[in-house]
Amino acid sequence: MLDTTIINHLEEIVGKDNVLTKKADLLTYSYDATADMPGQLPDVVVMPSTTAEVQKIVLLAKEKKLAIYPRGAGTNLSGGTIPLKKGIVLSFQKMDKILEVDPANLTATVQAGVIIQALSDAVATYGLIYPPDPGTVTTATMGGSVAECAGGLRGLKYGVTKHYIMGMEVVLASGEIFCFGGKTVKNVTGYDFASLFVGSEGTLGIITEIMVKLIPPPKYRKTMLATFKRLEDAGNTVTGIIEAYVIPATLEIMDKMTIQTVENYAKVGLPRDAEALLLIEVDGGAQQVVDSEAEAVLKVIKENNGEVKIAQSDAERDQLLTARRSALPALAQLSPTTVLEDATVPRNRISEMLEAVQKIAEKYQLKIGTFGHAGDGNLHPTILADARNREEMERVHKAVDEIFAAALKLGGTLSGEHGIGMAKMKYLKDELGESGLNLMRSVKEALDPDYMLNPGKMVPIRESKEGK
Amino acid sequence: MKTTPYDKLEDIQDALAKCMKCGNCMAVCPVYQTEKQEAAYARGKLSIAEAVLKGELDLKDEDVQEKLFNCLICTSCMLACPCGVDVCKIMLSLRAAMARETGLHPIKKMIFWALKNQPLFNAAMKTGASLQWMGLRKLPDNAGYEPYFTMGLPMKRIFPGLAKKPFRDQAPALIKAKNRKMTVALFPGCGYNYILPRVAWDAVEVLKENDVEIAIPKDQHCCGIAIFAHGDIESARELARKNIDVMEKTGADYIVTVCGSCGESWQHGFRELLSEDPVYGPKVDHWKSRAHDLSTFLTKVIDYKKPEGRVEATVTYQDPCHLKKVLKVFAEPRAILKAIPGVTLKEMTKPDVCCGSGGSYTITHPETSIKIAGRKMADIRKTGADMVITGCPGCMMQLAEGITKSGQELVVAHYISLLARSYREARKTKIDSKERLWR
Repeated sequence: MLDTTIINHLEEIVGKDNVLTKKADLLTYSYDATADMPGQLPDVVVMPSTTAEVQKIVLLAKEKKLAIYPRGAGTNLSGGTIPLKKGIVLSFQKMDKILEVDPANLTATVQAGVIIQALSDAVATYGLIYPPDPGTVTTATMGGSVAECAGGLRGLKYGVTKHYIMGMEVVLASGEIFCFGGKTVKNVTGYDFASLFVGSEGTLGIITEIMVKLIPPPKYRKTMLATFKRLEDAGNTVTGIIEAYVIPATLEIMDKMTIQTVENYAKVGLPRDAEALLLIEVDGGAQQVVDSEAEAVLKVIKENNGEVKIAQSDAERDQLLTARRSALPALAQLSPTTVLEDATVPRNRISEMLEAVQKIAEKYQLKIGTFGHAGDGNLHPTILADARNREEMERVHKAVDEIFAAALKLGGTLSGEHGIGMAKMKYLKDELGESGLNLMRSVKEALDPDYMLNPGKMVPIRESKEGK
Repeated sequence: MKTTPYDKLEDIQDALAKCMKCGNCMAVCPVYQTEKQEAAYARGKLSIAEAVLKGELDLKDEDVQEKLFNCLICTSCMLACPCGVDVCKIMLSLRAAMARETGLHPIKKMIFWALKNQPLFNAAMKTGASLQWMGLRKLPDNAGYEPYFTMGLPMKRIFPGLAKKPFRDQAPALIKAKNRKMTVALFPGCGYNYILPRVAWDAVEVLKENDVEIAIPKDQHCCGIAIFAHGDIESARELARKNIDVMEKTGADYIVTVCGSCGESWQHGFRELLSEDPVYGPKVDHWKSRAHDLSTFLTKVIDYKKPEGRVEATVTYQDPCHLKKVLKVFAEPRAILKAIPGVTLKEMTKPDVCCGSGGSYTITHPETSIKIAGRKMADIRKTGADMVITGCPGCMMQLAEGITKSGQELVVAHYISLLARSYREARKTKIDSKERLWR
């Protein structure tokens, strides 16, 4: 329990209603969406609504040597918001104003707590879109998705969160407020701060406002679903499509285990004997371009022995998308604990990675369904287990170790879009090496020398700083 | 009798373990949309439940109780849940455990005891109707009543007045049909019996027009959904059994409900309560498949007489939570509305978002409830409709209050009242044209 003077001070800053100290409340900020993580109760939850309030809270935390955990909706999958070292959870759920939509400059400015879907709805009235679409669009906040550099289904063609950040307002660990970027497409003034803060997982500064880039939506699209009897054929189709110079908006894959589970769950008419399935959508500004791209895709599918269904209407498109949308819910229904990873490999190694995961599943006698964004090599091996079964969880942990090792061996990365947080910190050195870890530390300590911001995430706390 | 999670909290473990904390429920929870705190929506409440079962939190803790009651039981989260977590079962099991451990609030206890005793409750409600001026302040323009005093519960709400004579006191036990197709038992529920009997009469009129004989047993009871929701499981079971006995005696082919929550009880809630009851379990299953919302009965069980009378109205339809999300009835009322000549249906955005009524939630959490209604009012205003149509007395009262408070000029009605009006208009036209012929 914190000193009452600190609580009183926090209440003076944000108002009594926006400071939570009851155990039942604290408990609900002790976890996020990550499975199999230890929870920790914070000392206090504070819900600011302005940048000035955030600044005051940071100055108070600095003076009192309390950790701060910026938190959006707590939907991340890397343990990124768990208040490991106790202290203050800074919830942005009430700081949720859309400040401006500027159709002339194709930008929107939002407070960090705005839900991605709320931004999408707001810009839709101007006929524009904000493309990053992680699975959590209806719940995740802009601040959280920027801090985690969230991806989504459209990553291959439209990029991920980092490609849409024009500028930001950040409260630094020093308590200073720093703004950078703006409405100009070009801006090389100073370091590329967007790259520094996007994906920093709340460890370098507290994002309070964000200016994003908007684009006009594609007018035409064509959606196809292809099934394959051999995994290799599906893999070759993925690379074949790109080699035919077609960049689909969506290029998703599901493995056999996922197909069967989805079919049992949603009864959408998928062939149970298929080894893999690809959901492909091409889009563009002209019907002719879309048609010719679709034709090229169909040719590649045929060359690789795939069977294909083409959506003839929006309703049929919805049906095809249902198969992919059902992947996670269908798998999640099978067991109480769903460990969702996001190991990512170059797209020409997709089928090798899928095979590696299947072998790991056999080796550890686990149910693993894999689906994901084949076009950008971002796979989601989903391990189905029961956290109450300790022996099984040990096998899960070993399998996870091997999945990451396999991804790195194939020239891939630990995380495509979920982040490192506390879940993957121990593997960091395997990808970045000792020099990389040292550099991470140098950057962290330059901006946050006392490890006040989201301590214990992404960058291991230096031993001499531990317990401070 | 084998136990259920409502009798033994530990039985809820497996249902609880299914939650993977993804937070999808956050997007659809009306309470969260208002309060913006983790404990407001299902993920937070399920975590609190886990902590209770682990012994980390105590059900006797007032903060814990407050969190677990801050839920409308609208079931929106269950539809958004990728893991199929039965949030209602978990919440109601916790409330039942709470009632066992700490007892019911004395006022709740008194009301629930009265509900089980139908003649007494009926008398009390009638006394209430004539004496309501004592406790409630009548608002101008018949907008309802505002309570003078609070009885220990926060009561900052506007209540509609009680009917002078309840529907079942006015109605005969059997209303015969000329060319009888079948007999149904009408279950008007407390809302339409005590507060809005006009709607029950409209239901009767529509059934008569369709040659359906109607049994209206006087000794039917409250369906008990509120009692169930507050954790008094044994009282809820008693009401369910009594209702089954009463309806059985009518010999009706079907039970027809006009309230989404009464329908929920007959089609879902009674099963939850009595699944392990060797005598009543099978009876529940029998009636489960023979209980229908009136809209389903008209469109799916019989081929109802198409409305021909003109009713000039631009309407918008609010989906009652239990009707849409539990009974899956949403197309039928709309089909009836669209079939009425002169009626234009203008959908509001998200018509199935809860209006914030939640039955007794309006009384226990007035501030959140009013804020939820405020958002709904804004959505309704945008449609430009002059009538809000729904299928549940709770929604009707909540919407009427919202309209009064937001200063809009709108009429709230049950879909069946529009159909009844259309039938009436058609009869009038026929008489008119006959008269013309005579001249």
